[in-house]
Amino acid sequence: MVVNRRGFLAIAGPGLFVFFGGERASAYQQEPGRIPARTAAAADFNAYLRIGADGRVTCFAGKVELGQGCGTLLSEILAEELDVAYEQVDVVLGDTDLCPYDMGTFGSMTTPHLGPPLRAAGAEARAVLLQMAAEQLGAPADRLRVKAGVVTDPASGKHVSYGQLVEGKRIERHMEKVAPKPVKSYTLVGHSPADRKDGQEKVTGNAKYAGDFIPPGLLHARLVRPPAHGATLKSVDTTAAEKLGARIVKEGDMVAVLHERPDLADRALGLVKAQFERPQPSVDDKSIFDHLLKTAPRPQPVGRPAGDVAEGEKQATAIVEETYLNSYVAHAPMETHTAMAVIEDGKATVWVSTQAPFMLKPQLAQAIGFAPEKVRIIAPYVGGGFGGKTAGPQAVEAARLAKVTGKPVQVMWNREEEFFFDTFRPAAVVKIRAGLNSAGKIVLWDGSLVGGGDREGRPFYDIPNQRTVSAGGWQGGNPPGMHPLDVGAWRAPSVNTNTFARESHMDVLAAKAGVDPLEFRLNHLTDARMRRVLETLARQFGWKPAKGPTGRGVGVACGMYSNAYSATMAEVTVDKSTGHVRVKRVVSALDVGMTLNPDGMRQQMEGSITMGLGYALTEEVRFKDGEVLDHNFDTYTIPRFSWLPKIETILVDNPENPPLGGGEPPIITIGAVLANAIYDAAGVRLLQLPMTPERILGALKKA
Amino acid sequence: MERTISFTLNGKPASVKVDEERMLLWVLRSDLGLTGAKFGCGEALCGACTVIVNKQAVRSCSTAVKDVAGKQVLTIEGLGQNGLHAIQQAFLKHHAFQCGYCTPGMILTAYALLLQTPKPSEEQITRHMEDNLCRCGAHVRIVEAIQEAAGAAKGGV
Repeated sequence: MVVNRRGFLAIAGPGLFVFFGGERASAYQQEPGRIPARTAAAADFNAYLRIGADGRVTCFAGKVELGQGCGTLLSEILAEELDVAYEQVDVVLGDTDLCPYDMGTFGSMTTPHLGPPLRAAGAEARAVLLQMAAEQLGAPADRLRVKAGVVTDPASGKHVSYGQLVEGKRIERHMEKVAPKPVKSYTLVGHSPADRKDGQEKVTGNAKYAGDFIPPGLLHARLVRPPAHGATLKSVDTTAAEKLGARIVKEGDMVAVLHERPDLADRALGLVKAQFERPQPSVDDKSIFDHLLKTAPRPQPVGRPAGDVAEGEKQATAIVEETYLNSYVAHAPMETHTAMAVIEDGKATVWVSTQAPFMLKPQLAQAIGFAPEKVRIIAPYVGGGFGGKTAGPQAVEAARLAKVTGKPVQVMWNREEEFFFDTFRPAAVVKIRAGLNSAGKIVLWDGSLVGGGDREGRPFYDIPNQRTVSAGGWQGGNPPGMHPLDVGAWRAPSVNTNTFARESHMDVLAAKAGVDPLEFRLNHLTDARMRRVLETLARQFGWKPAKGPTGRGVGVACGMYSNAYSATMAEVTVDKSTGHVRVKRVVSALDVGMTLNPDGMRQQMEGSITMGLGYALTEEVRFKDGEVLDHNFDTYTIPRFSWLPKIETILVDNPENPPLGGGEPPIITIGAVLANAIYDAAGVRLLQLPMTPERILGALKKA
Repeated sequence: MERTISFTLNGKPASVKVDEERMLLWVLRSDLGLTGAKFGCGEALCGACTVIVNKQAVRSCSTAVKDVAGKQVLTIEGLGQNGLHAIQQAFLKHHAFQCGYCTPGMILTAYALLLQTPKPSEEQITRHMEDNLCRCGAHVRIVEAIQEAAGAAKGGV
């Protein structure tokens, strides 16, 4: 369904509107059914801004604030281009009735897709307002000056505000080719605003998440859940729960207990006697790797092969083959999946912790038998996503229950449900066979990726004979049962796994060649941007070239994600008696082209490094026969304050290149950089993530 | 057993007639409409539900409401009611949050620390904050914010 411009205007009221999309707003932001109708220019926009009679500027975009600071970024761009104060800008996000279609907030795409068109739209709006001001003030537009949304004619001293200019009017513009300001003239973009847009609400507890919308009469629902994936419900007895005053809903496969108090709904759920038939014994977190190899589909080539691997085999004087393993990893956002649904006058409005409100809308409409236009999805502040909130099954549960009960219904998963229904980062097996010639150059690379996906699977190094193939991944389409647990996007999908394998193997080859690991990488790199990132990083880190292992405990790794360049160096100590790793220092360098919000970028880098410590050192989901054995943070260990290394972040600014997102690129190297630093410290190569003390002790024993 | 529990909530008298075994978190959120304390784990493992009871940081998801009878309860809504507290200001200044879901618990845990130890060392901060989880990785800035607030507080909060 095309949400047309008229629909927005009816809601948005008077003011100046600028609709924009821009050349980079590709199919990514286009509603699927809208592409054939693109000739109709009226619908061809992905976001819009409004300047109201109160002088406030509001940007409407379908992105979601997950903590990455997109509201801050969009506000500062508009403030900059329009010459209004940052405080005068509001951002309305993630509301399917108010915002134009957007596929979802993932893939580090907010900045590249919305940054450039938003700059242009702001410039367009400013030009329109200046023209209006010129008429009103009787002065040529190029003589006028604008500050904080007030246009002044320096010759006469007369002035008029943006708000006054649009008062009582309704002006619509589509973006024309008004050039944005030169980047060099920016005073806010590229310099970071003083406060995050979401700051005041977040430090005062006033920020509203999906679970914080509590209308009168709200019922809290707890659902009967299977003990294992693949278990089937045989019988259920809800008598005792009903006696506690809970309302029971049985509909199709769903059995829910509802109560006005969430904890009493939970207590009532505890009294439900449900009998399940468990699935046949299958696979667990130890047998998973053999299982993946056995069940994988036919491998497909990744990128273009180069040369001939048979020729590479011939040229090689030394060949090393290793198999790298990744376990399932949970997203574990602090906010569990939550939704609150209200159905009124035939329309369902659902507040949901989701990264993709527009993808959820038709699914939810179908589940409750509503027309899509009778469904409104609102993603308020979301308490962390990391790819795990791409779907919104809890919203469907809440909406179904709201329809049955006729009351507003909240579904807030508990932590055990969060671990059970998560779409994990997939377990994976990566085999790499690579060869060196007598000059220490890589002449062969033969890679096989199984289970984790193919993104960035082909090495970007200069290797004359190479091929990489991939079978199965995180995006679905896998043979049934290949992944016994649901899998999905996890911050930089595929790329943590593939970077761990590639960059570990580069170190194995460097050691074999007897060359410093940084020098070895540079010997195989002609890409000027990656070279610059590595060289900048090495200077800051104080990298001293040496053949590994040196005993110093330092490591390097680099990688690419969504066209961004990321490189990391780390220093660790390894306690050889306990296998415990202490990460002392991590330095990360990032080239994301033009950096729009440097402090926002640093927050993402620090967050990525900290989160990365978890998948590198402790995080893996234990499971057996469809049962997820980790239920909470007591056994599933995520990074804590005491783990913090000294973190340094370097923005390798590249203002002539278009801006890219930075929420994911800095995390991709963390597994490999720590594996390489552990090797340098202890002389043992860890081939499996996470690198737990047990695995390190095991490797030390074998050495 | 249902009974009336009275306590001081954010400086004002409060009274609820509830099953006394119910956890404070749900009474705050569902009965009293204060949603600043968050549910994260339900087992006192993450700290998102932290509130202050008689100057101590407690996990409201695992504190029965009967245990706060007659006591002083402070939630995030009460901390900044007369203008932002120094810790809130420091969190704002350092951008010591991303998604913000753990933030009320972080701020109140830090508040309890500064009540006890007005000038904590970095090591004391780390030890005290250790069991508050943040998935976004704002830890570095949280430590910086607490250090700044401790400096700004000049010997007491």
